[in-house]
Amino acid sequence: MTDPVPAPGAAAAAPADARVLVRTAGLACGYAGTPVLTGVDLTLRAGDRVAVLGPNGGGKTTLFRTLLRELDPLAGTLDLSARCAVVPQTERSRLDFPVSATDVALMGAVSRLAWWRRPSRADRRLARAALDQVGLAEHADRTFGDLSGGQRQRVLVARALVQDAPIVLLDEPFTGLDAVSAERLEQLLLALADEGRGLLIATHDVDQARRWGTVLCLNRRQIAYGGAEVLTRSVLEATYGGEIVDIDCAVHGHHPAVLPAHHHEH
Amino acid sequence: MHSTLAVLTWLTDPWQEALTRRALLEVVLLGVAGGALGCWLLFFNLAYSAESLAHALLPGLVGAALLGLPLLLGGAAGLLVGAVAVAVAGRIDGLDRDTAVAVVVTGLFGLGVLLALSPESPAGLQGLLFGDVLGVSDSDLLLAAGLVAVVLAALWVLHDRLLVVGFDRLSAAGLGVRPLAVDVALLVLLAVALLVAVQGLGNLLVVAVLMAPASAARLVTRRMGPMLLVSGLIAVLAGTGGLYLSYYAGTAAGASIAGMLVAVYVILALGGGLVRAVVPRDRALAQPSA
Repeated sequence: MTDPVPAPGAAAAAPADARVLVRTAGLACGYAGTPVLTGVDLTLRAGDRVAVLGPNGGGKTTLFRTLLRELDPLAGTLDLSARCAVVPQTERSRLDFPVSATDVALMGAVSRLAWWRRPSRADRRLARAALDQVGLAEHADRTFGDLSGGQRQRVLVARALVQDAPIVLLDEPFTGLDAVSAERLEQLLLALADEGRGLLIATHDVDQARRWGTVLCLNRRQIAYGGAEVLTRSVLEATYGGEIVDIDCAVHGHHPAVLPAHHHEH
Repeated sequence: MHSTLAVLTWLTDPWQEALTRRALLEVVLLGVAGGALGCWLLFFNLAYSAESLAHALLPGLVGAALLGLPLLLGGAAGLLVGAVAVAVAGRIDGLDRDTAVAVVVTGLFGLGVLLALSPESPAGLQGLLFGDVLGVSDSDLLLAAGLVAVVLAALWVLHDRLLVVGFDRLSAAGLGVRPLAVDVALLVLLAVALLVAVQGLGNLLVVAVLMAPASAARLVTRRMGPMLLVSGLIAVLAGTGGLYLSYYAGTAAGASIAGMLVAVYVILALGGGLVRAVVPRDRALAQPSA
C-alpha cells in the first residue's frame, strides 16, 4: 500500500501512522436489501487520495451514498471517524439558478445549522475564504451558471471546504474539464490531501489513478484496493468487465484502453 | 399647479371609500406573499401544481358558501380533498401523474360548478371563480394578514434550505437538508397562499399572482434575494394598477389585477428582447474563462 520511492510528481499514500478516517470490513451497500456492491475492505487515512475506478453502475455512487449515511450498510462494518462532504458533478445543478459562487459555497454551512438558523456573517466569511482557497476569490460574486466547468467544480469543492469535512468524496470531478482546468483541480486536490483530508475521487482516468498512490477498483464488488501496483491488466479487465486493448494514439502514444464496457474519452 | 392637483385627485379618488381601501390592503398582502412564494414555485416547477390545487378547491369553496361557513374553511377542506384525490389517482397503474392530476382536478372543478349552479346557491359562481376583492371584510383582512405573515416568516427561515434543494436536489441530503421535508413545507405554504389569494382573485385568476410576478422578476434579477423583493414589488404595483384600471375603466377588479400582472411580464419580456436585439451583448465579457 505504501510506495517508498514515489515517482516525480506522484504522491505516495499517507503514512501508516496517519489518522484513520474510514475503515470498512466486508461492507455491502445497496438499496432496500438488494446489494449493489459487496466486499468493500478499505482504510482511508488522513492525507490519502484514493482513485475510485469502475464502470458506471459498478457501485461508486452507492458507496458514496453509504459513506454519507444516506444508505445503511447491508452487511459488514463501516467505521467513520469524521464527517463526509460530497462534491457532485456540476451538470446536476441548475445552471439557470440565480445564485453566485459565494451563495453556492455558503450552502456548505447549512449542514452545521439547526433548521431554524440562517448562515451568519462568519459563515459568509468562511465561504469567501474557501473560494479564495480554490483560487476563485475574484469570481466570488459571479453567477454560478456563468462560470466555466472547471470553475464550477472548484466552487463545489469550496462548498465541501465550508462543510469542513475531513473526508471529501468527489464524483468524477475531472469529467468535461480542459487540460488547464484539470491541472488546477489536481493541484487543489493535492493541497487538500496535504491539509490532512482523506479524498475518495471517482475517475475514469487510469493514468491519473496511478499518480495518486492509492486505487480502489469496484465492479459490483471490490476488485482491488492498494497502491498503483495493483492496477494489473487482469484487475483492470475485472474492473471494467471488458477486454484491454493496446491503442497507438498519435497524440497520447502507446497506451492501454478498455473495450467495450467503457469508452475512454480523449 | 392645477394639473398636479388633478393628478393627485386622480390618484386618491379611488381610495375615498373603505371598500376600496380594504381592497388595496388585500392586494398588497397577497401581492407580497404571492410574489415571493411564486419565485420558489417557479424554480421547483410547481406552476402546474399551483394551478391544479387552485381549481381543485372550488367544491370546498362552494360547499362553504352553501352551508354559510367561512370561505377559508371550505377552501382548506377543498384543498385537503384535492390533495388526497391527486395522491390516490397518481397511484393508479397505467395512468401517468399529469393525466391523473388533470382528471382529478377537472372532476373536482366540475363538481364545484355543479354545486354552484344548484338553486340553493347564494352569491353565485362568479365571485368564487373570479374573486371579489371589493367584498373583503375587516376580519377577512385580519386573517389574510396573519397568514401572509406566516408565509413570509416561513420563507425567511427556509430560505437556505430552499436554495440547497432548488439548486441540486440530489446533493441536498449530503448538505444536511431533507428534500422531502422542504417540498412538503413549500406545498403547505402554497396551500396557505392559495387560501388567502382565492378570496381576492378567485379560483381561476389566483395563479396569476403566483406565477406572473415571479416570471417577470426572473427577467430582471440575477440573485434569489433581489428576485424575491422585485417579484413582491411587481405584484403589489401591478395589483394596485389593476385596482385603478378597475375603478376608472369599470372593469372587474380580479380580472383587471390578473391582466396587469401578466401585462408587466409581457412588457418586460418584450422590452428585454428588444434591448438584446438592439444592443448585442458583449460576448467577451460574458464568456467564462477557464
